Amino acid sequence: MYKYDEYDQQMVDTRVAEFRDQVRRRLSGELTEDQFRPLRLQNGLYLQLHAYMLRVAVPYGTLNSAQMKVLGDIADKYDRGYGHFTTRQNIQYNWIKLEDTPDILADLAKVEMHAIQTSGNCIRNISSDQYAGAAADELVDPRPYAELLRQWSSFHPEFLTLPRKFKIAVIASETDRAAMRLHDIGIKMVKNDAGEIGCQFYVGGGMGRTPMIGPMIKEFVPLDQLITYSEACLRVYNRYGRRDNKYKARIKILVHELGKDEYARQVEEEFAHLLSQGIEPPLAELERIKPYFDDPAFETDASDDLDLSDPDFRLWVERNCHAHKQAGYTIATVSLKPIGGIPGDASADQIRLMAQLAKDYSFDELRVTHAQNIVFPHVKKADLYTLWQKLDEAGLGTANLDSVGDIIACPGLDYCSLANARSIPVAQKISERFGSAEKQAEIGELKLKISGCINACGHHHAGHIGILGVDKKGVENYQLLLGGSEGADTSLGKITGPGFDEDGIVDAVEKATGVYLANRQEGERFLDTYRRIGMDPFKEAIYG
Amino acid sequence: MKILTGNDLKSGAVTWWTGVGWSLDVNDAADVGEDGAKIIAREEGAQNVFAAYVIDGVKTAEGVRPAHIKDRIRALGPTVRPDLTLKPSDPEAVNWVI
Repeated sequence: MYKYDEYDQQMVDTRVAEFRDQVRRRLSGELTEDQFRPLRLQNGLYLQLHAYMLRVAVPYGTLNSAQMKVLGDIADKYDRGYGHFTTRQNIQYNWIKLEDTPDILADLAKVEMHAIQTSGNCIRNISSDQYAGAAADELVDPRPYAELLRQWSSFHPEFLTLPRKFKIAVIASETDRAAMRLHDIGIKMVKNDAGEIGCQFYVGGGMGRTPMIGPMIKEFVPLDQLITYSEACLRVYNRYGRRDNKYKARIKILVHELGKDEYARQVEEEFAHLLSQGIEPPLAELERIKPYFDDPAFETDASDDLDLSDPDFRLWVERNCHAHKQAGYTIATVSLKPIGGIPGDASADQIRLMAQLAKDYSFDELRVTHAQNIVFPHVKKADLYTLWQKLDEAGLGTANLDSVGDIIACPGLDYCSLANARSIPVAQKISERFGSAEKQAEIGELKLKISGCINACGHHHAGHIGILGVDKKGVENYQLLLGGSEGADTSLGKITGPGFDEDGIVDAVEKATGVYLANRQEGERFLDTYRRIGMDPFKEAIYG
Repeated sequence: MKILTGNDLKSGAVTWWTGVGWSLDVNDAADVGEDGAKIIAREEGAQNVFAAYVIDGVKTAEGVRPAHIKDRIRALGPTVRPDLTLKPSDPEAVNWVI
């Protein structure tokens, strides 16, 4: 875990004090809402459908137990007993009172957390692979690079008023678990022919109303040029990105309109200029950061044996556990998608329990995933059954990772002021219809994602099956998309045809899975079958 | 009818203009006719409410019903958490939204 130095802590503490005074002035009438809005948004405080909503940053999704416990305590003390883990690896609270916000931020600051840059046209929280530092398939741990980028982008004065918000993801394995190519900048850590580690840059990806897969614009950037090259990418965008039309302001539009080659050429030009300015932090800074992410004290002789005689445990291990780089250990994912539950929601008690279990069984570490689940990254296999039993007792033992029940859903019209339709009830109905262990086993891997509006916070473009809620003359209507993926084989889903009402979309999903089951070949996932046979058989089954 | 809704400054809670003040219950909402903008200016200026706007609604035998589903959800609360709505003991409340 990265630990704040005196400058980090001072910056966060100062911001809390500033915001406390800003809230005081707002409540006393010294500040109007128009004056106050940008100040509260810079501190992650939105106004949503029912109340203020506070979004708290979880840098690259990594938390320690003390931080997780505070997140649970905040849910109890200042909210209504629960929090919502988001598709950007953050957490948000739906019922915050303005007058409590400075105290919440002060509580967060005590455990090295904040809500800075979780809103507004700035560089948002850097996201990463939730298995970073643990996965057997990673080249290096991507978090030190994500942390360097976090430090560079926090309060960067040049990039606090970009044309639009800006999202960066860093990964270090071939299996993309962070939807890297659907970010404004995606960075993949790679090794060149000389055996040196560096960064591959993908720029101009994104979802929203104009989904695009980010093209690669630079195959290899040496580690001692990471910040300089990132700054060049941002500078070209900040200068030429559109500010006249909110819907065309993201960098993906600039890259698309210029063409990736011309954008890359302009970046190279700016990069050459910046190299002469000496803005790159010395490699010693990266070396200073790296030890914070050193491996915990793994037992080198831990056994790989697991007693799988309990069938429910066996199923959970098969579905929710992932290969660890260290023999005798595993990566365990807690699904926040119980059958019929609200994707990403966890009660204060559940959050605190996960904090304690991470302390007891995962070297004090947890991760938030963009799929709205929680990861215990370093669990000794000998402890796994005990861990699962304790999770299961608290309703956290659902075995459905990456299956049809593991649905990503935005808060939708139940909470969000931008939404056009509710997402959560659709997720609940699909989960209930397909949630049995038998059904999920039959269908296998199927990533289903639901957004309640075109802004695509529920990643519907990237779902093997995607659902987009729209407003059709004041009535909720749901479009079905097929063929999206956010992994190494990133693709954008295509709309099948006319939309459906709430029950109709659930039936349509069942028909689509029926086509898959009838046509799949040995070893094919839903996505593979769709790619092989195309849209037509699905349309025929769905629309007749 | 035209009704006026906004948010309470301290709590952020959804409120409805009653003709003399603000209520959490949409059924207390008054028809503001053409006076919405004037009331908003006065009430926001006095810090009684913020983010206020006028919407269409209908007066029914059961009470006041906002015309759009988004405002009906604002009036009730999240349909997926009946326990957190303004009618936690009414199992039919969610149907009113739809």
